[in-house]
Amino acid sequence: MNPFVLVQPRSHAQAAKVMAAGGSYRLPVLKAGGIDVLDHLKEGLLSPDAVVNVRRLGAEGPAVTRLADGSIRIEAGATLAQLASDPILLADATVVAQSAGSAATPAIRNIASAAGNLLQRPRCWYYRHAQFECLKKGGSMCFAVDGENAHHAIFGPGPCHIVHPSNLAPALMVLDGQVHLTGSKRDRIAAADLFHMPDKGILSEHNLEQGEVITHLTLRPRPTSGFHAVKAKQSFDWPSALACVSLRVEEGVIREASVCAGAVAPVPWMLPRVGAALKGAKATDDAAIAAAAELAAEGAKPMRDNGYKVALLVASVRRATLRALGRETPSFREIRP
Amino acid sequence: MQSLGVSAAAASVAANAEATAKSGRAGGSDGDAPSVMGPNPIDLTLTVNGVKHAMKVEPCTTLLEALRLHAGLTGTKEICDRGSCGGCSVLIDGVLAVSCLMLAIDCAGASITTVEGLAKADGTLHPLQEAFIRHDALQCGYCTPGFLVAGAWLMASTPKPTLPQIQQAMAGNICRCGTYTNIFNAVLEATGQRPLIDGTIA
Ligand SMILES: Cc1cc2nc3c(=O)[nH]c(=O)nc-3n(C[C@H](O)[C@H](O)[C@H](O)COP(=O)(O)OP(=O)(O)OC[C@H]3O[C@@H](n4cnc5c(N)ncnc54)[C@H](O)[C@@H]3O)c2cc1C
Ligand code: FES
Ligand code: FES
Repeated sequence: MNPFVLVQPRSHAQAAKVMAAGGSYRLPVLKAGGIDVLDHLKEGLLSPDAVVNVRRLGAEGPAVTRLADGSIRIEAGATLAQLASDPILLADATVVAQSAGSAATPAIRNIASAAGNLLQRPRCWYYRHAQFECLKKGGSMCFAVDGENAHHAIFGPGPCHIVHPSNLAPALMVLDGQVHLTGSKRDRIAAADLFHMPDKGILSEHNLEQGEVITHLTLRPRPTSGFHAVKAKQSFDWPSALACVSLRVEEGVIREASVCAGAVAPVPWMLPRVGAALKGAKATDDAAIAAAAELAAEGAKPMRDNGYKVALLVASVRRATLRALGRETPSFREIRP
Repeated sequence: MQSLGVSAAAASVAANAEATAKSGRAGGSDGDAPSVMGPNPIDLTLTVNGVKHAMKVEPCTTLLEALRLHAGLTGTKEICDRGSCGGCSVLIDGVLAVSCLMLAIDCAGASITTVEGLAKADGTLHPLQEAFIRHDALQCGYCTPGFLVAGAWLMASTPKPTLPQIQQAMAGNICRCGTYTNIFNAVLEATGQRPLIDGTIA
C-alpha cells in the first residue's frame, strides 16, 4: 500500500467537497468500510494521494427507518450485518435483509456498508490482477473472451464480460430503490439508473459523477419478497448466480412481480419476461412458477466455461419466488447467530 | 468518524504541518474543517485487551499490522490478507471483524480484543480454549486464533448455539487442515452441549 493522507470529513456533504474534481487532491478515494478499497490499495489497483473516510458517518443514528410516506430509508453507512437483522427490513423488505445476510462473511458484514456494497468493483480475476492490463484498466482487450471465463457474464454483448458483484443492488432494483446523493445538482438517482453496461463506459460501472456521495437509500416496502443465491462455496463466496423477487399477491394470486438477477451480467439484470409470466399465476402453482423461471435463460449467451450459470440462474429465480411466497424455508447457513 | 481518539487526531494534525495546511484547503469555508492525517506517521493509541498501546503509524497501516508489528501481539495471524480466511479476526468493541481490511486509525478509541485477551489475566483459559485442547481442535494451529475469536464472539451473544449457528458464525474462518468437526465439537462442549462425536482426548 502506498502512503496516503487520511481525510476525516464531518459530513457526507463535506466528503463530497473534498472528492470534487479540481479539489486539493490528485486522486482522492472515498472509503466507507474499506473492504473493497483496501483490497484495491493492496493489489496496487489504486494509489490515492488521499483517502476520504466516511466510515461511521451517521453511525450514531438508526441504520434503517420508516418514512412518513411509507417508504424505507437505509443509511449509506449501514452495515450489511445491521441490514440482515433489521426488524423493519425483515418484516417489510425481506429481500434486502436476506441479500445482505447472504453476502460475504460475518466479520465482513460487520464492517461493510450498504453504499460500499453497491459500488464495490467487479471480481473478474483479470481486472483484480495488476499484471493484466485489461479493457477495464485502459488496456486493449478483455482477457475473459479467450481466457478463463467460468465466472464471467452469460448476458451482454461485451466488450467486457464482468458480472455485477453486489448482493444488495438487485434487491434494491426490485423494490424501486432510490439512491440519494450529495455533491451535485441532483439529489438522487434511481437504482435502475445507477449502473451501465460496458459499451456505455468501461472504466467505471456506475453513473455517479466525481464528487457525488451517497447519503442514503430509499425503497418501497414489500413483505412478499425473497432472495436466493447459489455459490461455489455455500459458506461464503460471491454468488455464481442470485435472484431477487418482489411480488404483490392478492387472494392467492400474483398480481405484480419484479425479478432481478445478479452475478450473471455486467449490471443487475432485470428479468421483465419472468415478471410478466408470474403475473396472474396462483401462489401455489409450482408448475407456473417453474415455467416462468425458465424464461430467465432467454437471451443467455454463455462463454466457453460458464454455461452452468444458466441452470443456476433458473433455479435461483424459482427458489427466490417460492421464498418470497413463504413457501421455502431458508437453508440452515442463512440462519443468523 | 467522530469516535476517533481525540489525542490521535489532535497530535497527528499538529505533527504534520503539510497536512494541517491541506485541511484548511479541503474544508473550504466550512467552519468545521475535516481533519487530515499523514501521510507521515502519526501518534495513535490503541486499546488492546484493556492495555493502551502508544504507537506511531502511517494512515495506511492496517489494524493487523499495528497489532503484530507495533503492539507486539502476534497471536492474530496474517494469512490471506484479503478478508477471505478469518485468520486475522479480532473483536472491535465486541464485534467480530477482519483486521487485515481495517485501518488502525479507524480503531482509535475502540476497545480491541485479540486472541491474547481471551484468557484471564491470571492465565485461566477461556472455556473455548480449554475445549479446543480437549477436542484436539487444531492441527497446524495457524487458523486457531481466528476460530477462537469468532467462537468467543458467538458465545458472548448466544450462550447455547446450535450447530448451524456455530457454522454460520465461523463461516468466514477457513481451516486448511480441515479440523472443522473438532472445532464445532469444542464450541458445543464449551457451551455445555453434547459434542457431535465424542473425540475428546484425555
Ligand atoms: C471474502 C469476501 C467475500 C465477499 N462476498 C460478497 C458477497 O457474497 N456478496 C457481496 O455483495 N459482496 C461480497 N463481498 C464484498 C463486500 O461486501 C464489499 O466489498 C463491501 O460491501 C464494500 O463495502 P465497504 O463499506 O467496505 O466499501 P468500501 O470498500 O469502503 O468502498 C467500496 C466502493 O464504494 C464507494 N463508496 C463507499 N461509500 C460510498 C458513498 N457513501 N458514496 C459514494 N461512494 C461510496 C467507495 O468509493 C468504493 O469505490 C465480499 C468481500 C470479501 C472480502
Ligand atoms: S488475513 Fe485477514 S481474513 Fe485472511
Ligand atoms: S489447524 Fe491448520 S489451518 Fe486449521
